[in-house]
Amino acid sequence: MLTLTCPIKTPVHRIGAGPKLLGLAVVSVALFQLQSPLLVGAALCATAAVYLAFGWQFARHGAALLRPLWLFLVILALWHLWTGDIAAGAVLAGKMLIAVALANLVTMTTQLAEMIAVVERTTAPLARFGLSPRALAVAIALVIRFTPVLMDKAALLGQAWRARSQHRVNWRIILPLGLMALDDADHVAEAIRARGGL
Amino acid sequence: MEKNIAYIALFAALIAVLGLVPQITLAFGIPVTAQSLGVMLCGTILGARRGALAALLFVGLVALGLPLLSGGRGGLGVFAGPTVGFVVGFPVAAFVTGWIVENWRAPIGAAAGAGALIGGVVVLYAMGITGFALVLGKSWMAAAGVMAVFIPGDILKVGLAIIITQGLAKLRPASILSRP
Repeated sequence: MLTLTCPIKTPVHRIGAGPKLLGLAVVSVALFQLQSPLLVGAALCATAAVYLAFGWQFARHGAALLRPLWLFLVILALWHLWTGDIAAGAVLAGKMLIAVALANLVTMTTQLAEMIAVVERTTAPLARFGLSPRALAVAIALVIRFTPVLMDKAALLGQAWRARSQHRVNWRIILPLGLMALDDADHVAEAIRARGGL
Repeated sequence: MEKNIAYIALFAALIAVLGLVPQITLAFGIPVTAQSLGVMLCGTILGARRGALAALLFVGLVALGLPLLSGGRGGLGVFAGPTVGFVVGFPVAAFVTGWIVENWRAPIGAAAGAGALIGGVVVLYAMGITGFALVLGKSWMAAAGVMAVFIPGDILKVGLAIIITQGLAKLRPASILSRP
């Protein structure tokens, strides 16, 4: 399955996942304090400059990840045009764009394996409370493996539907899909136990 | 143990699939995805604890950078955006849904409906609206007004959660882990 890590290598890829996450947390909290439109504008330009510094392709990847925000920008624009407080709206929109863009930057420049390693390190102390790190690792691996498997099964159910019916596939395939997930879960549990268990 | 892990992981995958499969359109012309239906089903079928863990695992994998949210969204940016409340609310919604199904000894359909309505709509929207209001700097009531557009679609999903849970209970009573 595809991850959101960007294939275009940047110097940020070489920084460890832990420092990047800490840095993101600090910068996000600092960003929350900004109130002046000028400072937010400068921060927005700086963020865009960071993306562009890694090349046009990388910046396009980043812009694509921001696309789902357009609806909220429209809502903000309409709201603040109506109330007339345009500066406040620009500050809110700018802060939202910067926060999401910086968080995406961490996601785009960190391999999934590095992220999982951070989760394993940080959850290790929870072993005392009964959360086995191995169980967590197995669960993560199972979701990554079975999401495409269930997608394929949903596609097969859809094909079978279209072979029998003129109507469009609708929610009725969710019940058999749920049954397949339950069956797969039983098989996986048996297979794990057969291999010595968790 | 193995069984719990497998159920939790497979239902986390099911939430992802319900958000990603394009051919499941719930209503004509309305862009409603089945993702939150998956969260409701986690609660009604797996029960409070396992359901919440399945939703939590799903949210965790989104944070790690997998594009599992509807529309192929994912990554840490989601947690800085206006929909953060809904994403963070998924485990809570699944827990409340499951808790109601486990503790209200009504017929499974009624309990699933009440659970999905309170957990998957009331609790989820309360958290979603709070997140929306915080990120966009609006009052809670104003945010609720904007979000109200999406509530009919979610009421529809409560109906589907009832039908699907009832169907599963009829076909395979043992699979409803919220009612051991």
